[in-house]
Amino acid sequence: MELNASLSLVRPELILSFSALALLLLAAWREQAGRLVSILSVGALVAAASFVFAFLDNGTNVAAFDGLLVNDAFGNFAKILVYIAAAISLIIAPRYLEKVGAMRAEYPVLILLSCIGMGVMVSATDLISLYIGLELQSLSAYVLASFVRSDERSAEAGLKYFVLGALASGMLLFGASLVYGFAGSTSFAAIGTAMNADVGLGLIFGIVFILSGLAFKISAAPFHMWTPDVYEGAPTPVTAFFASAPKVAAIALTIRIVLEAFGSQILVWQQIIIVVALMSIIIGAVGAIGQQNLKRLMAYSSINNVGFMLVGLATGTEQGIAAMLVYLTIYVAMTLGSFVCLMQLKDKDGGYREDFGDISGLSKTRPGLAATFAIFMFSLAGIPPLFGFWGKLVVFNAAVAAGLLPLAVIGIAASAIGAFYYLKVVKVMYFDDAVDVIAQSDDKVLVWTGGLLAAANSPLGYFAIPALGSWTAYAARALF
Amino acid sequence: MNAADIPVLSIMLAIPVVAAAACLFVQAEYARIIALGATLANLVLGVGLWLSYDPAGAQWQFTEAATLFGPIGWRLGIDGISLTLIMLSVFLMPICIGASWTSIQKRVGEYLAAFLLMETLMIGVFAAQDLLLFYIFFEAGLIPMYLIIGIWGGQDRIYASYKFFLYTLLGSLVMLIAMLWMIQFAGTADIPTLLNTDFPVEAQKWLWFAFFASFAVKMPMWPVHTWLPDAHVQAPTAGSVILAGVLLKMGGYGFLRFSLPMFPEASADLIPLVFGLSMVAVVYTSLVALVQQDMKKLIAYSSVAHMAIVTIGLFTFNQQGIEGAIIVMLSHGLVSGALFLCVGVIYDRLHTREINRYGGLSVNMPKYALLFMLFTMASVGLPGTSGFVGEFLSLAGAYKVSTWATLIATTGIILGAGYMLYLYRRIAFGPQVNADAAEMADINGRELWLLAPIAVVVLWMGVYPETFLAPIRRDVATIVARVERVAPAGDSKLKSVDPTTARFRVDHGPEKNMAEGSH
Repeated sequence: MELNASLSLVRPELILSFSALALLLLAAWREQAGRLVSILSVGALVAAASFVFAFLDNGTNVAAFDGLLVNDAFGNFAKILVYIAAAISLIIAPRYLEKVGAMRAEYPVLILLSCIGMGVMVSATDLISLYIGLELQSLSAYVLASFVRSDERSAEAGLKYFVLGALASGMLLFGASLVYGFAGSTSFAAIGTAMNADVGLGLIFGIVFILSGLAFKISAAPFHMWTPDVYEGAPTPVTAFFASAPKVAAIALTIRIVLEAFGSQILVWQQIIIVVALMSIIIGAVGAIGQQNLKRLMAYSSINNVGFMLVGLATGTEQGIAAMLVYLTIYVAMTLGSFVCLMQLKDKDGGYREDFGDISGLSKTRPGLAATFAIFMFSLAGIPPLFGFWGKLVVFNAAVAAGLLPLAVIGIAASAIGAFYYLKVVKVMYFDDAVDVIAQSDDKVLVWTGGLLAAANSPLGYFAIPALGSWTAYAARALF
Repeated sequence: MNAADIPVLSIMLAIPVVAAAACLFVQAEYARIIALGATLANLVLGVGLWLSYDPAGAQWQFTEAATLFGPIGWRLGIDGISLTLIMLSVFLMPICIGASWTSIQKRVGEYLAAFLLMETLMIGVFAAQDLLLFYIFFEAGLIPMYLIIGIWGGQDRIYASYKFFLYTLLGSLVMLIAMLWMIQFAGTADIPTLLNTDFPVEAQKWLWFAFFASFAVKMPMWPVHTWLPDAHVQAPTAGSVILAGVLLKMGGYGFLRFSLPMFPEASADLIPLVFGLSMVAVVYTSLVALVQQDMKKLIAYSSVAHMAIVTIGLFTFNQQGIEGAIIVMLSHGLVSGALFLCVGVIYDRLHTREINRYGGLSVNMPKYALLFMLFTMASVGLPGTSGFVGEFLSLAGAYKVSTWATLIATTGIILGAGYMLYLYRRIAFGPQVNADAAEMADINGRELWLLAPIAVVVLWMGVYPETFLAPIRRDVATIVARVERVAPAGDSKLKSVDPTTARFRVDHGPEKNMAEGSH
């Protein structure tokens, strides 16, 4: 009976697990099943999401498996976001992968497996289940990074990701073992109780190691070095996936562990988060300036954005967490949209281009694509009236409300540096002479996905503010 | 008044957006007609707004409120000050479209769309009654202007567009943090409420500086004015008209709407800073203007000098000074816009902005020379033109506060006469040294239609300024009443002034006082 109740709470994960296994079998029996499996995987994600959706504004926190996992509004909000991001990554991928000769059925299956891991990550309330979820997600991601085996860069990206990811996991485990040793439990709630009493040096060391491992996973500075290389090397649809879904899961995980396990000792972790946030904002902004490769540029952009989100975490308030979730949602739309645009940069021989020189004067040869891309760039830069502005606004509003004025001022001033390189993309597309290397896009799916995401980032997105506000408020309340 | 039920302001915001979307998808010639039609429609609505505005009615008229966007309230409404600036925007827009009728030949649809979006954003800035909504409109103008300068600009357009964007962005971001703090403190983003909120004196200074960072750049004040000459010179003619005509006014409007009534104590404390910077600006930029070889650069520097008179007028804390500052803003919007159009007229013929390439144009372009003369005189501040009214009132107001600031600002007017007359002499008079310039045809019907309406309004404002003072008088008085408790004592030791004459007979009273006070 107890087991049944627990199982019913992880229905989304069960659906995804069984779908992944069934689809793996299907792929084994049928040749060239890539597209079919992709479509069915999207269906599985939609089915899983529909189960989650019912819980979205449900305030109850129900523990499953004796406190290993929890079903709450926060985890469910993150799951919805993860599933949507994963579904978009699946929808945009097939034609690209076919072109580079890597459209195999394992791609959607790996994404599904990764989603199961992410579902566990965002609802884990125990260091053990957290680690299981994280590793399931990471191992799938390592394989995905090197999915185009014949491409040296892809293989290198996978290897790099694996070695550095393993290092980060090691740090995380080391921290977890210290925390377990000094707190006497792996459960977040029990750690929280232990921290209420007295925080010794051992626990602080544990926290620092855990946060370092997590900073690697969310590619926050100073553990960001792998990001540009992996983003550049991995096939573009995979990069789009990396930049969206796993980032959502890792950030949600960070929020939960910081607040539920270490929440009572805000002074211990707040300064770490502030430093990491500011470093990420500044390194992300400055590092991007010299980049010639657009995928590397997007990697620095994601480092920069993670910094802004961590500003919300640094407040440690309910408002701050809600703001982070709003930012996260908008970030997913912006970043996926940018990658959809990058995937449309195909020259006349069908090869994919990803350098600044290739998009020179794009607005003259491909006005629609250039306008879409420009919307994402201005949105990432946080210039109103585009929707990216709203994300920055709520995060900084939370920082101001929590009295972190210096952090807010430095952070927002650094966002002007960030604006510089986003503007450079617009400048190259709109002001420079046309080179005419990019062909008309033959992939309607990409055009439509890009258009819809651009509409979401346009001022039309403001209409979503009330709904987004109430969901994120529910989600944040679940943690307090 | 049944017009109150119709959301006029929302309609005025929506028309250009719809037209902009349409312009993107049609051919150039249709796009031009759509853009002109939309801007003229807005002009008609604007005139309707002006006629039905009741100067004695409620402080905020044509108010609208909707909660579509959660914390961002769609709250619009105008007072007299907003009204005059909205009128300025809708008046200049059709002229801008007309000015680009033939000179812009590449990517016409996108160009017009950018201009139409600018119009929405300008009206939005002046009509917003929600702090966040104001910020969105204020900041969003960067995108179309960046594209206008960068795509259709001159040689160094890329440098200029970056400079424009990043300068103004950095200034406004700090203001955003201050706005967020204010919203937290007051618990509302409603501007009319915030106008009567007393912020703690020690916080005011920080907030004031944060707003100053944004408005001083936008204004622009010395020493953060350097983006302006670059942006002006590189922008296409219509872009310069909008920049000088309306965008610079957002800075002055910001000081008037936020800095003065919301932070009176801080404003009073920082008068020396504002006056100091303005005094430097008046003299320094006038001298710089005197040695320019490029017509647009000269007018750009003259804008900085005129805007410095606006800041002096605004920070006098008295009725004349602030009314004068608003009239200078309106007058400068018209006159500098017209001067840029005059430059555009001859630039379209000879494709150079160098002053020495012209000369003796009054011989072959008499009509042009006449209009150019009128606008030159208005810029100098000749009585009978709009420039005189504004400058006189602001300096009369300033005289009550600081003799020195007035003295130095007045030298700016003399220098202004110097560089403008020198410019006019080199272009319109003298021998016709350049054969190609001597062959240029006089202005055609289209160009006449662009310049003549501005000329009429400039003379109107100069001869009968009451039309423009009537709607703003009460709102200026509200601001003055709000800041009265901290108004500076002044160093000119005036004899007792009958308050009724000072408040309502501004154009006669101060003259006498000045003559007496100076001894």
